[in-house]
Amino acid sequence: MKHPVRLQVNGRAVEAQVEPRLNLADFVRDHLHLTATHVGCEHGVCGACTVLLDGAPARACINFAVRCDGRDVRTLEGLSCDPVMVRLRAAFTAEHALQCGYCTPGMLITARDIVLRLPDADEARIRVELAGNLCRCTGYAGIVRAIASVLEARLSEPSEPSEPR
Amino acid sequence: MKPAPFDWLQARTVDEAVGALVAAEGDALVVAGSQSLGPMLNLRLVQPSLLVDIRGIEGLLAVDEADDGAAGPAITYGSLVTHAAIEDGRVADGTNGLMPQVARGIAYRAIRTCGTIGGSVCHADPAGDWGTALTLLSATALIEGPAGRRAVPIEGFFLGPFGTVLAPGDLLVGLRVPRLPPGTRWAYEKCCRKPGEFAESIVGMLRNEAQGTCRIVVGANGGAPVVIDDRGILRDGFDPVRARAALASAGLDGDPYLLKLHLAMMQRAALEVSTQVPGGRR
Ligand SMILES: Cc1cc2nc3c(=O)[nH]c(=O)nc-3n(C[C@H](O)[C@H](O)[C@H](O)COP(=O)(O)OP(=O)(O)OC[C@H]3O[C@@H](n4cnc5c(N)ncnc54)[C@H](O)[C@@H]3O)c2cc1C
Ligand code: FES
Ligand code: FES
Repeated sequence: MKHPVRLQVNGRAVEAQVEPRLNLADFVRDHLHLTATHVGCEHGVCGACTVLLDGAPARACINFAVRCDGRDVRTLEGLSCDPVMVRLRAAFTAEHALQCGYCTPGMLITARDIVLRLPDADEARIRVELAGNLCRCTGYAGIVRAIASVLEARLSEPSEPSEPR
Repeated sequence: MKPAPFDWLQARTVDEAVGALVAAEGDALVVAGSQSLGPMLNLRLVQPSLLVDIRGIEGLLAVDEADDGAAGPAITYGSLVTHAAIEDGRVADGTNGLMPQVARGIAYRAIRTCGTIGGSVCHADPAGDWGTALTLLSATALIEGPAGRRAVPIEGFFLGPFGTVLAPGDLLVGLRVPRLPPGTRWAYEKCCRKPGEFAESIVGMLRNEAQGTCRIVVGANGGAPVVIDDRGILRDGFDPVRARAALASAGLDGDPYLLKLHLAMMQRAALEVSTQVPGGRR
């Protein structure tokens, strides 16, 4: 019943035998011990499990590991030196954009997607884009401010290197 | 929750997928983007013994812009085209921005990057966006299965909530979407409690004054999308009495709250198609 998978996780080649029903979030957490990816609702609603799949944000709870053969997965751990993430981390700290931290890994991955994909996003657009990441602590005000501040800083220095998407 | 155990098969061709589905005698399910099936498996609402994965079938990603058949110019989308590809304009659009706007309003970006237009249509959630939008656009579903190929007009594709004409072993391979005639104005209004939530009401509208045509579709009504064929609703901008009567004769007046929502969405859509500049929007 187990199937072989070979994929890249945070730039590292990974090989494993997985049961088809194993979701990507449980795979990275329980098999690779990458526990930044959180699991909340397990049906795609809360966003805590959001990771990058081939560079684009995706829900790890409703993508099965067996289907990630040959793909590139990046969890929050794999973005620690990413220039946009470095800025977002500082901005989240400065703006009190987290309290318990449960939503934060998924929130940061969505935030990075907003910064890279929607460089002109205003507050209203940021809020719409955050609709898929539930935060029960902060009331979003600090999160929105943090993302807006990174967008603003990048607008004034557009030459910073970054990967698309 | 975690899904009940199932096995998984990566199909490389349509024939292989159809063969595996037939061999499993109804105990297998197709998986495309897994954005609806994933939650249903996790909640154990479905417990198939096998998932037949169609994501490796290359032909299902194709977009045919040159489709100029007997039914007029159209674009054919392979069933695996994602909502995000349509949102970003990475695939052709013959609807003057209607399809990208519909895509942008589906769920959240992290779901749109994986979810497919074909999966959405096959899932047939009454509140699903593509069912309503493609009914508005008079699309055709292209199906391949044990009985061969067939093309089904989308208006006859949905049988009710989560019900379609797909028979066991059938695959939806593509959707043929007619290009909108020049000068067509469109509106797609939906009411959601929160952006990205499934809608409580959707009204889509097409209006072409030169041709004297108007098409109205009401979705998220608990069943299949309903086509309302009454140009009179747009008399003097919007005629609420006539709109209410049309909704009543379509059987959509059972719940006073939902009736009001449908009417409000219809009024917004009517305003939109009367003020919109054809050829450019938003
Ligand atoms: C939190 C959340 C919010 C959402 N909000 C919305 C929303 O607002 N509007 C909206 O429209 N959708 C919404 N969706 C659903 C989303 O659009 C899905 O992408 C879509 O419904 C299913 O597409 P999929 O490719 O993921 O299909 P899958 O989940 O892989 O499959 C769905 C069903 O269709 C069948 N199937 C898939 N492809 C084929 C095929 N080619 N031939 C035959 N059968 C097939 C499968 O067997 C399964 O039964 C939401 C989903 C989530 C998780
Ligand atoms: S755990 Fe994946 S979206 Fe909630
Ligand atoms: S910080 Fe607690 S849920 Fe967001």
